[in-house]
Amino acid sequence: MDLLAFAIERYNYWIFITLMMMGLFIVIGRGNLIKKMIGLNVFQTSVFIYYISIGKIAGGTAPIYLPEDLKARMAHGGGPAPLPGKDAIGAGAIRVDESLHGGAGFAGNDLQSLAGKAAPPEGAALHSAPEGAANDILAAPPLTIEDHAGAAGAAADLAKAAAEIVYSNPLPHVLILTAIVVGIATTAVGLALIVRIREAYGTIEEDELEAADDIAEFGYVPSKRGLPEQRAGA
Amino acid sequence: MTQFLAQLPVLPIIIPLIAAPLTMLLPARALKGRIPYLFATLVSWIAFAASAAILHSVATAGPISYHMGDFAPPIGIEYRIDLANALVLTLVSGVAALAFPFSYASIRAEIDDHQLSMFYAMALIAMVGLLGVVITGDAFNVFVFVEISSLSTYALVALGARRDRRALTASFNYLVMGTIGATFFVIGLGLLYQATGTLNMADLKIQLAGRDNPMVEAGFAFILVGMGLKAAMFPMHLWMPNAYAHAPSAVAVFLAATSTKVAVYVIIRFTYTVIGADFDFAGAAFEYLIAPLAVMGMFFASIVAIFQDNLKRMLAYSSVGQIGYMLLGISFGTEQGLAASLVHLFNHGLMKGALFMAAAAVAFRVGSETCDGFRGLARRMPWTAAAFIIAALSLVGVPGTIGFISKWQLLSAAFDSGRAWAGFLIVASSLLSVIYMGRVVELMTLAPAPAAGAAVREAPLSMLVPMAILVAANIYFGLSTELTVDLAERAATSLMGAAR
Repeated sequence: MDLLAFAIERYNYWIFITLMMMGLFIVIGRGNLIKKMIGLNVFQTSVFIYYISIGKIAGGTAPIYLPEDLKARMAHGGGPAPLPGKDAIGAGAIRVDESLHGGAGFAGNDLQSLAGKAAPPEGAALHSAPEGAANDILAAPPLTIEDHAGAAGAAADLAKAAAEIVYSNPLPHVLILTAIVVGIATTAVGLALIVRIREAYGTIEEDELEAADDIAEFGYVPSKRGLPEQRAGA
Repeated sequence: MTQFLAQLPVLPIIIPLIAAPLTMLLPARALKGRIPYLFATLVSWIAFAASAAILHSVATAGPISYHMGDFAPPIGIEYRIDLANALVLTLVSGVAALAFPFSYASIRAEIDDHQLSMFYAMALIAMVGLLGVVITGDAFNVFVFVEISSLSTYALVALGARRDRRALTASFNYLVMGTIGATFFVIGLGLLYQATGTLNMADLKIQLAGRDNPMVEAGFAFILVGMGLKAAMFPMHLWMPNAYAHAPSAVAVFLAATSTKVAVYVIIRFTYTVIGADFDFAGAAFEYLIAPLAVMGMFFASIVAIFQDNLKRMLAYSSVGQIGYMLLGISFGTEQGLAASLVHLFNHGLMKGALFMAAAAVAFRVGSETCDGFRGLARRMPWTAAAFIIAALSLVGVPGTIGFISKWQLLSAAFDSGRAWAGFLIVASSLLSVIYMGRVVELMTLAPAPAAGAAVREAPLSMLVPMAILVAANIYFGLSTELTVDLAERAATSLMGAAR
């Protein structure tokens, strides 16, 4: 049962592996060049999904997004109040899990905009993260902001609420945006090539292309996979 | 001036990258297409000068770390240049600096005039991609640059379609295989990133220390297979002979001399700088998987090369075998073996570049790419024939040429690490290269020239001069090993040192 639970918990990887294998099979198994391109796309998309899923934390939100109730509380609390001090934010306002690597800067910025301050925080907590699963972040006890002397209570509450927001790691998503662009470019070049192949050969079936090349080079089709009429002709 | 020098590491990337779209805007038809040609040549020379300056700086003052946009390394992108990259960087930009001036006559004969601006823009982008792969210290950056160079390479290969429509299918197959390879590489990076949370190579090394788990092993395996595809490692080489044979000749010159070498460099970089030699897994992969495949590639590809009629395809198969030498050198797992691999990587770029240049010159004047076109060439195109013969001797490994230096290094590395069998196999496969190169040399020198082709003249100066420089390099580095062997040994020491 443990093994089953282990396998089911990692369902995102199963999706990734299944899609990847399907894509690779289409690329290898199909003779039609367009279908090959589609297979290549499925294959690449599986990798995109893999990257997106490793950055995602259950319940996590985008590092630029504030939940509605927090916004309402902000408006209610009489607009942006100054936060106690920027050291509080830099030092430990945001928990940094290892999967949240690089996220501290974003989250910190968000807090700052919330509080109306401009000074950028330092990503001091990077690499100090412990080893552990990404989802642990939910189970961990919420961290509080150190309350420096003289801080307004409302502002501290607000910052506390903001600190409890769990962010997904944006870096894999950014990486995969790059890879998506590359994938689109590859598809475009591939389809353009297919158009040219169609113009030059009059077909986009791999077997027929091979047969046409063989006939051009040897005058006959050495393999038996050529077209029936060409075999008859040779 | 110091301000300028501080930006030196980024210059070989940024200048061609900005110049490429500008090249596209230059008029292709005016002055017989000389404007984009001269501009691209100038840019490639600037890139070479910057690379040579980087090599000099690294050799005298140690590794350079350049922070892109002044963001500190683990988060920001770092360009990290030690001797290993500097050597490959100089090879790539040096071959480019010769291939660009070489290309003019050949490319004008092989593609339509209105495509010239586009051609030179794409060639510059292909060069930028390869230089970027070599120079960067960020693992994901490697993927981006690999795809930048690959995408433009697919288009460059397809340009051969005016002469032979098979260039289109060759390019399509290359695209499919290349994309699978690059995607495998990305999967590997994803696994490493998931294990460590970083993409900076030096930082990956620190984070990975002592974490020999299946995830890291799978990541390394994906990276090895992905880059093996790009490097045309033996069982994954099928895209290469067709792509090189049907690409425009000048494109084949540049690609054959650089692109697979860069992929081999990435394998070296990930094995030593990222994964590290203390991973038993990496060592076992090289000992039991890569080494046998390398040996099989050395023999299989050389035997196939013997039976090729198309000269460029024969040279491409020979490249598959030569990649086998490099991987075999790495698989020894010793400093000497790694140094021998780096030397051979550099030297093979020089000799294959010269051989493909000679083939391009013959294709330009004789109009034939088959071995028959070489019949009696020594009398009709003596300089080209001489260049081809010297480069062929170098490929075989005759003393006084660079081929001898790298084979010698490989042999001594093999015997010193107790792998006498590898030494004998290297010699045996070199004998095969005597057969396939000797066959062409015999046709050139001894066979009578066909009577019909009496009008064939020597190649134009724009082709002969770069060819002569490359052949001179073949001899110079064969006599004076100061630059190549010493630097490669120091590079290997630092790679191995960093790995421990």
